[in-house]
Parts: sequence; structure tokens; C-alpha cells
Amino acid sequence: MIDWLLEPYQYEFMRRALLVLLVTSVVMGVVGGFVVHKGLAFSGDALAHATLAGVAVAFVAGASVGLGALVAAVLTALGIGWTRDRARVSADTAIGIVFVAMFSLGIVILSRRTSYTPDLMSFVFGNILGVSGADVAGSAALAVVVLLFVGAFYRELLLVAYDPATAATTGVPAKLFQYATLLMVAVAVVVALKAIGIVLINAMLLIPVSTAALFLRRLPSIMAVGALIAFACAAAGLHLSYYAGVATSPAIVLVACAVLLAVLGVTSRRGVRLPAPAKAGA
Amino acid sequence: MALESRHVPDRAPLAEHHHADTALEVRHLTAGHPGMPPAIDDVSLRVPVGEIVGLIGPNGAGKSTLFKASLGLIHPARGEVLAFGRPVRDSRAEIAYMPQVEEVDWEFPVSVLDVVMMGRYQGPRPFLGWSRADRAAALAALGRVGLAPYAGRQAGQLSGGQRRRILIARSIARGARLLLLDEPFAGLDAAVQHDLLALMDDLASEGRSILIATHDLSCVANSCDQAICLNRRVVAAGQPKNVLTEAILTATFERHLLAIPQAMDIVRIADDEHLETHEQQVPR
Repeated sequence: MIDWLLEPYQYEFMRRALLVLLVTSVVMGVVGGFVVHKGLAFSGDALAHATLAGVAVAFVAGASVGLGALVAAVLTALGIGWTRDRARVSADTAIGIVFVAMFSLGIVILSRRTSYTPDLMSFVFGNILGVSGADVAGSAALAVVVLLFVGAFYRELLLVAYDPATAATTGVPAKLFQYATLLMVAVAVVVALKAIGIVLINAMLLIPVSTAALFLRRLPSIMAVGALIAFACAAAGLHLSYYAGVATSPAIVLVACAVLLAVLGVTSRRGVRLPAPAKAGA
Repeated sequence: MALESRHVPDRAPLAEHHHADTALEVRHLTAGHPGMPPAIDDVSLRVPVGEIVGLIGPNGAGKSTLFKASLGLIHPARGEVLAFGRPVRDSRAEIAYMPQVEEVDWEFPVSVLDVVMMGRYQGPRPFLGWSRADRAAALAALGRVGLAPYAGRQAGQLSGGQRRRILIARSIARGARLLLLDEPFAGLDAAVQHDLLALMDDLASEGRSILIATHDLSCVANSCDQAICLNRRVVAAGQPKNVLTEAILTATFERHLLAIPQAMDIVRIADDEHLETHEQQVPR
């Protein structure tokens, strides 16, 4: 059993993979807490897809792919915030338009390259075994930024998430922190980009936290347990892919889905799930 | 509501007009969205210390604009708003706002105590979180509204009446002396309304001043020291029995309302049949 657990880690690339998954899991738990409970799932997906444009431009220009993704994600987050405030179309329509445009731009640029297919696949579905030491360092640095930000301004983020109207009356710069929440999601997406891949990042933002929220009722504990669940699923998925020879990030997501279903089965049978709140009355 | 359960204000109305006994003073206020006709035009009103003032008017009368200006969230085009004699922007800690209950995300994973502590926010304290004093004040406020046993519960598990109490506790925890309540009675049954009114009356007796925006005319008639009828301008202001008359309500709502002055706890909007048959119909 111990051998079965440790054998993969005789390889440097597997140790790096586990490390980057640890960093990613912590960020997915913390940022996922806001994404799930503020209903930002579509924004998270849009931000992930939009990074492809930045990745492609950086690829062609020979710049850092992570930096390109970060710039694209930040611009998209600002764009989403801006449309949410001013658009005449609904916010999700605007988000849908922006991210499809950015994703298409990325594919068009990458399709000009002869080695188009493998490169594209590695960003879209993740390439955890190809993660370099520099990738781990980059993800860890961004993760530290996100965690410090949440630690420093947790009360402001909570007030704005819970009740933006009243937050503004108590002197919280509500608009600023609504943008900051989106920027946080953008940075989280870049942390997970290389390991998980564009189309599956959202699953890691949503599934572990949703699982924790089935049996916990306060945001800090949901975030912490969400991060633990994310890492457990990530490690299990990594092993599964090592021994069964399947793609890593889809394996991780499938494990996470299985855990969610299992917890849902237990909590709904025991009636631990939160009762639907009464709408009115005493 | 039964007669003996009615809530008759017994605090002496304050006649004098200086800062010491004025919680909120709105002077010739004109405000609204930029580029639109002003939502309120030349509005002047006063909330005396220790009184409950009911603000009534139709949808779009400018109640929320008046609230926003009173909270310092919008710049008036003309006029000014003073809280305890100072501009509202300088007295944020003195004023607490209670939003309509459905504006709050009750599914959010926060405990009742978490919500009440939010009222204690006074500015950033990076990495420090809430202080012991914040926690103590929040627990005391929860005790004040009778919800101390529920501190650890998820806020969304509580009933409609209890949710109002959570939000009122948040205002109390803030230490605010002026409370602006937006539609606190909506969707509550008569018994729960009565309990909430009794709580407000206690808070007023302690010297807190309360401005309530509401569509519930019977609550204003029964429990407010003053009523203000707003429809872009102040139509009338004064004691409820003098203000909630058929003529004034008709002028305020721009359609005919049927008031029953002797009881004052049943006021209802006349339906079309009344409009056609009532002798004293006032043409629009």
C-alpha cells in the first residue's frame, strides 16, 4: 500500500505535479468559496477560457505564457465588471460574448502555428506532467498574492459578498471590492492553468467547495475543507492517471465528482443538508 | 390587530428645533440620478431624537433616493442632509441602514453572529479580523433583540421575523443612534409585526431615532410618532392621525385611498369599484 502510494514520486515530474496541485487546491478552496456562494461560476469559466488569447499571444511573441494568461484574465475580469455595471444586455450575455471572442482569438493565433494541435491541447486540458520548476514557482507566487489579499481583506470581501448595499453604507468601497473579487478569480485561474487546463479549471473552483458546503455552514470552514477535498481529489486523480494511464486533470475532476455524489448521498440520507429556509412568518 | 395589542407611542413629541434633539434633518433636498428628472425635489423633513417616523408614499416617490442621500451614498443636486447636526458623510458611525430583507443573500454561509458583527465595520484592519469588542457588542445586540440562543446558527435558517431582528441587531451592534429601515414589515404576519414594533418602540425609548420607509399604513398609524407623506415632495408631515387622512393619502398616492380614521388600523387601497362608486372621489 505504502509502495503503491509512494512509487510515483520517485520521479521529479510527479513530485512537481503534486506540489503544483497542492498550491492549486488551496487557491481553489479559498477563491471557490466566493465563486460558489456569489454565483460567479459563469465568470470563472469565462475567465479561464479568455486566458487562451493571452497564452497564444505570449506563445507567438516568445513571452512568458503565464504572464500572457494573467494579462488576458485581468483584462477580462475588468471587462466583465465593466459590462455588469453598464451593459444594456444582461451581464451573463455580455460575459458569454467576451469570453467566446477571447477564446476564438486564442485558437486563431495558435492555429497559425504548425505544431498547433499538441500545444493547444496542453492548455485546454492541462499538462500537469509537463509542469516546470518555473511553473511551480509562478503558481506559488500568485497563490501567495491571492491568499494574502483574502487574509488582509476578508471582512471587506465578506461584507460585499453578503450584502453590498449595506456594505457601502458602512464605508466599504463596495464597487472596488466587487472588482477585486473578480480579479481574485482571474488570478486563481492562472494559478491552475498549467496543471488543470482551461476547460476544467471551473470544475476545481466549484466541485470541492460545493462538496464542503453540503455539511458546513460558515465560509471559512467551507474554504478550508474545500481546499482539503480539492487536494485529496487531485492526489487521487494523479495516482489514477499514473496507474491507469489516463489524462490527469479529467481524472481529478471525475474523482471530485464522485466524492461530491458520495457526500450528497450521505448528507441527504441523514437529513444533514440545510433545510430550505422559510420565506416569511415567525 | 386587536385593540389592546396596539402600540400607542407614549413619548412626548419634541417641539423645539435644535440640533440637540434632531437626529436627521433634511433641508431643501433635491436629488436623483444624473441626467434624469430629480427623484425628490425640495424635500425638507426632520426626525427628532427618540422618535419613530414613518415615511410613506407610492413606488417611485423617492423614498430610496431620500435614504441614499441620508446615508451619504449620493450627492444632492441641491440642499443638504444633516445627522445630529453634522453632514451625513461625517456621521457614518451614527447611522445604520437596514435593507429590504430580500436584498440580503440568506443562502450565504454565515452565522447569525457573523451578520451582526458586520455592523461593527469601521474601516480596514488588514489581517486582524473582528476584535473581541466587536464580538462582545454583537452578542450584546443579539441579546437585545432576543436572538442570543441563535448566534451560531446559519442566518438563512431563521424565520422572516427573526431575519429582521438579525438586521436590527446589526444596526444596534454598530452603535448607531439613527436607524433607517427599508420596508421592515413586508411579508410579516400581524403578530410578528407587533413584536417588531414593540422592539422598535423600546429602541426609541432608549433614545434611538428610527425612520421607516413602509407601505404598511396601519403600522404607521399605530406605532409611529410622526408620519411623512412623500411623493417627490413632502405632501404632508405630522402626527399620523392628522396626516393619514383620505385627502392627504389621495394626494400622496395620486389615487383614491379609503382611510378609516376612527380605527386607523385598517387602511386599504380602494379597488376600481370604490373608485367608481365613492362620492368623494378625487379626480386624478
